[in-house]
Amino acid sequence: MRPLLRVENLVKHYAAGRPSPPKNKFAALDGVSLSIRARTTLALVGESGSGKSTLARCIACLEHPSSGSIWFEGVDVAGLHENQQRLLRPQIQLVFQDPASSLNPRWTALEIVSEPFFVQGRFSKQERSDKACAWLDHVGISRKMVSRRADELSGGQKQRLAIARALALEPKLIVLDEALSALDYSVQAQISNLLLELQSSLGLTYLFITHDFAMAAHLADEIAVMDHGRIVESGPAERILRSPGHHATRSLLAATPRVPETPTILVNF
Amino acid sequence: MTPLLEVQGLHVAYADRMGEFCPALAGVSFDLGSGEILAIVGESGSGKSTLAAALLRLLPSNGKIQQGTVLFEGKNLLDASPQDLRRIRGGRIGLIFQEPSSSLHPTMRVGQQVSDVLAAHESLGRRTLSERTNQLLATLFPADAARISVSYPHELSGGQRQRVLIAQAITCGPSLLIADEPTASLDPTTQQEILQLFETLRQNLGLAIILITHNPALLASLADRLLVLYAGRVAEIGPTAQVLAAPKHPYTAALLRCLPSDFAKSQGTRKAKLQVIPGDAPDLSLHAQGCRFEPRCTVRMEMCKSDEPDAVAVGERHEVSCFKFPG
Amino acid sequence: MRYFLRRALHAVFLLFGVSLLTFLFSALTPGNYFDEMRLNPQISQATVAALRAQYQLDRPLPVRYLHWLNAVAHGELGFSFAYNSPVGPILWVRARNTLLLTITAMLLAWLLALPLGVWSASRLGRAPDRILSGTTATLLVIPELVLALGLLILAVRTHWFPTGGLVSVGFESVSPLQKLQDLASHMVLPVTALVLGTLPMLVRHVRASVAEALQAPFLRAAVGHGIPRRKLLYGYALRAAANPLISLFGFSVGTLLSGSLLVEVVMSWPGVGPLLVEAILARDLFVVIGGVLLSMIFLVGGNLLADALLYWADPRIRTAASAK
Repeated sequence: MRPLLRVENLVKHYAAGRPSPPKNKFAALDGVSLSIRARTTLALVGESGSGKSTLARCIACLEHPSSGSIWFEGVDVAGLHENQQRLLRPQIQLVFQDPASSLNPRWTALEIVSEPFFVQGRFSKQERSDKACAWLDHVGISRKMVSRRADELSGGQKQRLAIARALALEPKLIVLDEALSALDYSVQAQISNLLLELQSSLGLTYLFITHDFAMAAHLADEIAVMDHGRIVESGPAERILRSPGHHATRSLLAATPRVPETPTILVNF
Repeated sequence: MTPLLEVQGLHVAYADRMGEFCPALAGVSFDLGSGEILAIVGESGSGKSTLAAALLRLLPSNGKIQQGTVLFEGKNLLDASPQDLRRIRGGRIGLIFQEPSSSLHPTMRVGQQVSDVLAAHESLGRRTLSERTNQLLATLFPADAARISVSYPHELSGGQRQRVLIAQAITCGPSLLIADEPTASLDPTTQQEILQLFETLRQNLGLAIILITHNPALLASLADRLLVLYAGRVAEIGPTAQVLAAPKHPYTAALLRCLPSDFAKSQGTRKAKLQVIPGDAPDLSLHAQGCRFEPRCTVRMEMCKSDEPDAVAVGERHEVSCFKFPG
Repeated sequence: MRYFLRRALHAVFLLFGVSLLTFLFSALTPGNYFDEMRLNPQISQATVAALRAQYQLDRPLPVRYLHWLNAVAHGELGFSFAYNSPVGPILWVRARNTLLLTITAMLLAWLLALPLGVWSASRLGRAPDRILSGTTATLLVIPELVLALGLLILAVRTHWFPTGGLVSVGFESVSPLQKLQDLASHMVLPVTALVLGTLPMLVRHVRASVAEALQAPFLRAAVGHGIPRRKLLYGYALRAAANPLISLFGFSVGTLLSGSLLVEVVMSWPGVGPLLVEAILARDLFVVIGGVLLSMIFLVGGNLLADALLYWADPRIRTAASAK
């Protein structure tokens, strides 16, 4: 069964300082390979500087890798022409960590979610509005919130809005780059439930990037651990959590805070 | 034994553009003993940053402390003169604000910024000043204190900046440290290092610490007591282990249930729905009667709609504000 | 280093461009010095023709420009028809006089603007700030000409200050101390006019930048550390507000030669201003070009100075520059 996304030996160099001999270049990605099966979630875990965001941007076609290939549904994305890439973009959407900077604060929720339909140019104003409302409803933003401006929404609502905008293009793969990290824990729980529900009802595939092992463990079918631009360990979530191999994995696991035991609640709920 | 810090009935409000006051903290009371670590846990809008600022009277211009007392070493900080307040800030109480990236002056070397705090409270010669600063930086940056001292904030990593903020807060040997989300923007391993640092400071310097965070799991091993803040009120306060293992207040319990359970022990709870707290965070600008958690509480009773519960003791230094625990 | 070389190269190009434009404009304006002379019946046509040839006014424009450029490269700024002497010495003397005024005025204005702006920013919105803002706004609205004339009237009525000129009659024959006093008394009015003209804008800029810095999180953090008030205002807030002010300072330096023209003319101060005005009216080509070029050198130099100061003062600019 062909994976939805396959990355092979991806390398991305950034020039450090002035144009200089290759050895002075900084390799953000140093030969990364992974694959994600359709309708599953791969969690990519690593510390800051490990290259996770760079990988996310390369997969979402926002940056060109220096070498290596990215196969999406069997098509080599990196080798595509700009025009063809543009046709592919709706299929891979990105949700960022900070909704405040990825959403235009002066636009209303409805306008933000309608924008992709506007760009496609195929729909009338009423159709755009209806479709947008449908998606907003799907993510749990009520009718009376749709005409609120983005800067009037709470952190959790903004993130729902970002997800709705991503969904409007009916993507197959959603890359969530630290999408939950800036939220309160009760809100993280809500959004995480939303993501799980959307995955089962719409058949979405997620690449969930985070440095929080606990949430990764909760959401993922498979986990890949990144360190210094390389994937140092990957496999089914259960295996990684129970018997981590690489020292980077072990130190991340050890550093993840957790509640000592499941709380026993004395009050009868 | 008199506590180091005693907060009684603190009421803080912010004025909006129309001049109307919107309450941020209502009736917050707690105390802190010497060398004790208290964690204040709350979500956005709970008032935790307001509390940190209010203790030292550092609210923004539209903030007002309406009522209450803050007794530090026996004296009420809310009555202190400007000179006394300046001496206490940084001198007797160290403060670490959120966002290490913006809490440091962008065009001054960090060593200088640490020295300035020391110079503000002790009149020392330049050489002594620089010696003591270097000593302090050497304890916080064992590997490269000299290089860090002459660096600018934008040249340092998040964890390094956080350590500089800590250096500024402890350089004058205060007895209390207030840290507002000290690990929020850091990696997990760096987070652990910083928390370890706090524990070391408590042991070596006998510092009492108030740690403000939105992640309860983070402090399980560090904090002696936990104070849960909701809608500007103290929901529950008690020994950490007890509160985490057997939370009394419905909000505390609900919040803890939101955290993905300990994955090493999870069996089939992965990819399951987490039990969320229904509804959204309360809008404090709207006037409401009764318990502020009531709309989202799964065990609410009739009286919760009309009256606000008082704090009730349910154990050794453990109090809850919930009608489920009648006084 | 590369940062500066690039900027310096820019500056040189700019100067070239300006010199070319100035040359073109002056040479292309209708009439020249000799047309006036021709109308003068006392000078024969032959003399005029000879003089024209001597000054190469018959050669085509590009040739004249190149000749001039060559001369400038050798330090010769040309020849003034009106004064009948090389431009250089005339210009230096006048420039010296102007700089005497403008440097004094600039230093005074900045030394006053900084504390006033900081004080105003620290009391934002309250009575002292409003009074100062009102005063600066009023001064900004009053044209410089009116200010200068107003001061002149004051001098005439009260006889406290001389009403113009650089020095009094009999300057050469008095002691050095008296010379200094005399010069100073002549400087009071023009300097006051210049300061009153530039101070309001400076104060407003300082106030705005410092007020913004006072809102910054790091300032609240510094208050939380118990840093004393004076240090907060000057060592922290003003320091953080430095960038726009440094650019403004560069601009101040840049206008050292050109900003005082009006005051000099009104108060009969023998500076570059009156010289330029006369030269333009008399079509004295090389004086005009020389004067404009010198002013441009200051302007470009002022900008370069601001760049250098910014580089020195803000480590973030250093980091960004070396990363390029």
